[in-house]
Amino acid sequence: MGKSLYEKVWESHAAAQLSNGQTQLLIDTHLIHEVTSPQAFGMMRDLGLKVRHPERTFATVDHIVPTDEFEEPFADPLADAMIKELRRNADDFGITYFDLKSGKQGIVHVVGPEQGITQPGTTIACGDSHTATHGAFGAVAFGIGTTQVRDVLATQSMAMSKLRVRRINVNGELPPGVYAKDVILHIIAQLGAKGGIGYAYEFGGDVFDRFTMEERMTVCNMTIEGGARCGYVNPDETTFAYLEGKPYSPKGEDWDKAVAAWRAIASDADCTYDDIVNINAGDIAPSVTWGVSPDQGVSIEGHVPRLEDAATPAEKASIQEALDYMKLEPGAPIKGTPIDVAFVGSCTNGRLSDFREVAKYIQGHRVAENVKAIAVPGSQIVAALCEKEGIDQIFLDAGFEWRRAGCSMCLAMNPDKLIGDQLCASSSNRNFKGRQGSPIGRTILMSPLMVAAAAVRGCVSDAREVFAVEDAAAV
Amino acid sequence: MALDLIHQVRGRAVPVPGSDIDTDRIIPARFMKCVTFDGLGDYLFYDMRHEEDGTPKQHPLNEERYQGASIFVSGVNFGCGSSREHAPQALYRAGFRAVIAESFAEIFFGNCATLGIPCVTATSEDIAELSRVLEENPQTEVTVDVEKARVFYNDANFTVHIPDTARDALINGRWDPIGELLENTDKVDACLERMGLA
Repeated sequence: MGKSLYEKVWESHAAAQLSNGQTQLLIDTHLIHEVTSPQAFGMMRDLGLKVRHPERTFATVDHIVPTDEFEEPFADPLADAMIKELRRNADDFGITYFDLKSGKQGIVHVVGPEQGITQPGTTIACGDSHTATHGAFGAVAFGIGTTQVRDVLATQSMAMSKLRVRRINVNGELPPGVYAKDVILHIIAQLGAKGGIGYAYEFGGDVFDRFTMEERMTVCNMTIEGGARCGYVNPDETTFAYLEGKPYSPKGEDWDKAVAAWRAIASDADCTYDDIVNINAGDIAPSVTWGVSPDQGVSIEGHVPRLEDAATPAEKASIQEALDYMKLEPGAPIKGTPIDVAFVGSCTNGRLSDFREVAKYIQGHRVAENVKAIAVPGSQIVAALCEKEGIDQIFLDAGFEWRRAGCSMCLAMNPDKLIGDQLCASSSNRNFKGRQGSPIGRTILMSPLMVAAAAVRGCVSDAREVFAVEDAAAV
Repeated sequence: MALDLIHQVRGRAVPVPGSDIDTDRIIPARFMKCVTFDGLGDYLFYDMRHEEDGTPKQHPLNEERYQGASIFVSGVNFGCGSSREHAPQALYRAGFRAVIAESFAEIFFGNCATLGIPCVTATSEDIAELSRVLEENPQTEVTVDVEKARVFYNDANFTVHIPDTARDALINGRWDPIGELLENTDKVDACLERMGLA
C-alpha cells in the first residue's frame, strides 16, 4: 500500500514519542517575523536557552512595516521598537535576517519560496497561520503559536498530533477569467470554514498539474480559511523548475540528488486518503465574499443570501450577523456593491504574476474617482521585478498608489487602514470584522483582477466584462 | 519545571454565542504591537465591546453580572483565523481558565493547550441549555472536569470531548511540553542525521 506525501514526511520527521501520545516532530525550517516572535525570544532568555539550530531559522519583517515610508526610524514608535527587537534577537541568537536594507525583505510567505528556502518534503513552521502557503512546494507547512515558536527555537522540533489527509481534486478546465483565488474561495465556500479541522488538504487534479507555483501558493495560502492547518500540492517538474538556481536551492550534484528525493516524496499513486473531494473546474466562477467569514462567498453572478436561505438557526444567526456588519441587503446582487478602497497585495496575491495579470488588463483604464487604490508588492524582490517590467508605472498611470513591500492592508498593523465603515475590494485572505484596521471596516475578498475591475468601476464588478477577458486564465 | 496538574476548572461562566469567532475579534491586530503579552487582557474582544469612540457597548463581557467569570462558553469553530497566541493570552490574562465550545480551530486549540487552558467541546444543545441557565443565574458555579470529560452545574451535567493527548497533558502537568522536548534533542539531531541534514 502506498503512502501520501503527508504520511511520508510525518514518518521521516517523527523524532520521538511524547508521554501524552503526541509526536515530537522535527521542524526542518523555521520562519519568524516581528509580531509573533519577540515573546518567544523573551521566554528563551527567561529560561536561559540557546537556539538549537540557528541556521534553520530565517527572519524577516512584514506585518508592521510602513509601505509609504523610506527611512528608519519610522513614525510609529511601537513599530520601530518591534523592528529593532527583531534585529536584536537575530543578532543575539545568530539568525539570518532579511531586513529592510537587504533587498530581500518581504512577506515571510513570499520570501521563503523566492529564496529557495521552501523545499519539498520538508516540515516548515512559522508563527503565522498562512504558513501553509509553502505547501505549494510539497512541504508540510503550518502555523504555530508563540510558545511553539519558542519550542522550535530551543529544540528544532515541536509537539504535534498527526492529521488525516483529504485529497481535493479539481479536474477539467477553468473558464476564462477564473483564477487560483477563485478556486480556493470556491473550495472554502463548498467545504466551510471549519470543514478542514483535523485534516491536511492535498490539492491535485488537472488544474493543479497545470498551475504555476505562484497559483499553487495562492490556493495553499488559504487552506487555513477552510479550517485545515496544512495544505499541499505534490512536487513535480513545475516545482523543480521554480526552485532551480534559487539562492538556497541545492547546487550541482546536490541538486540532482535533491530532485530525486523530491520525486520520491510525492504521494504514491496507490495511496489511500481519509477523504476525497472532487470539484469540476468548469463549475468555478469569479468568486467574491459577502460576509465576515471566508466561506461566506458567492460567484460574481450570485446574490447576497436571504435569511430564509439558512438551513439551520445557527446559520441564520450567522447570515444576520454578517449582513448587519456588511450593511448589505438580503437577496441583492453582489455585483454593483459600491467600494471605497481597492487593495492588491498580501501573501495570497502579492506576487509577480498577480501584478502582471492586472497590468495586462488595466492599461487604458482609470481607477474611479472616489476609490483609493493601493498596490503593495509581497517582497522587495517582487517590487524590483515589477519595476523592471514597468508594471509599477502601469499601476500608477491607472491611478493606483504603488507601495513598498509588506503585509499592509491585509491586517492593517501598519498605517494602511480602512477608515470608518469603508468597504474594501481586497485580494487578501480574510474578511473578518475589523480585519483591515477599522473596527467597522468591511472587506470583500476576490482575485487581483477582480479588485482592479472593482477599482475601475467603483463597485464590485465582473472583471470579464470590465476588461473583456476572453483568453484562457493564466493556467 | 513543575506545572500545575489541571484536573478541573471551577468558577462562574459567561456565554458569548456565535459561530466562527476569529482571533482578530478576540484580540484586534493593532493591540499586537508589543514585545510582551502583558496587559493584553484589557483588550480582549475590544472592538466587540466598544464603539469606535471607545465607549462600551452591549456585550456579555461588559455586563456587570458576568464579571469575574473564569469559564468562556461559545459556539462553532471558536478561535479560527490567525495563529496569534495573543488571543489565548488575552483570554488568560482576563481571567479565563477554560473554554467550552461546539468546536475549536486547531491552532487556537494548540495554543491554549500549551498555556494550560482546557478547551472542551460539547453539543449545541448542551451549550444552549448551559447558556440559558447562565442567563437566568450568572452566579451559577460551573465545573469543567477535565479528568472525567464532563461539565457540572447545579444538578445537571453533560459530557464534553477533549482529545486524549490534551487531557493527559493537563491532568499530569505536562501541558507545556518544553521540558520533554528538551530532553529529546539528541533524538531530533539523530533524525536530522538520518535525513542527511546534520
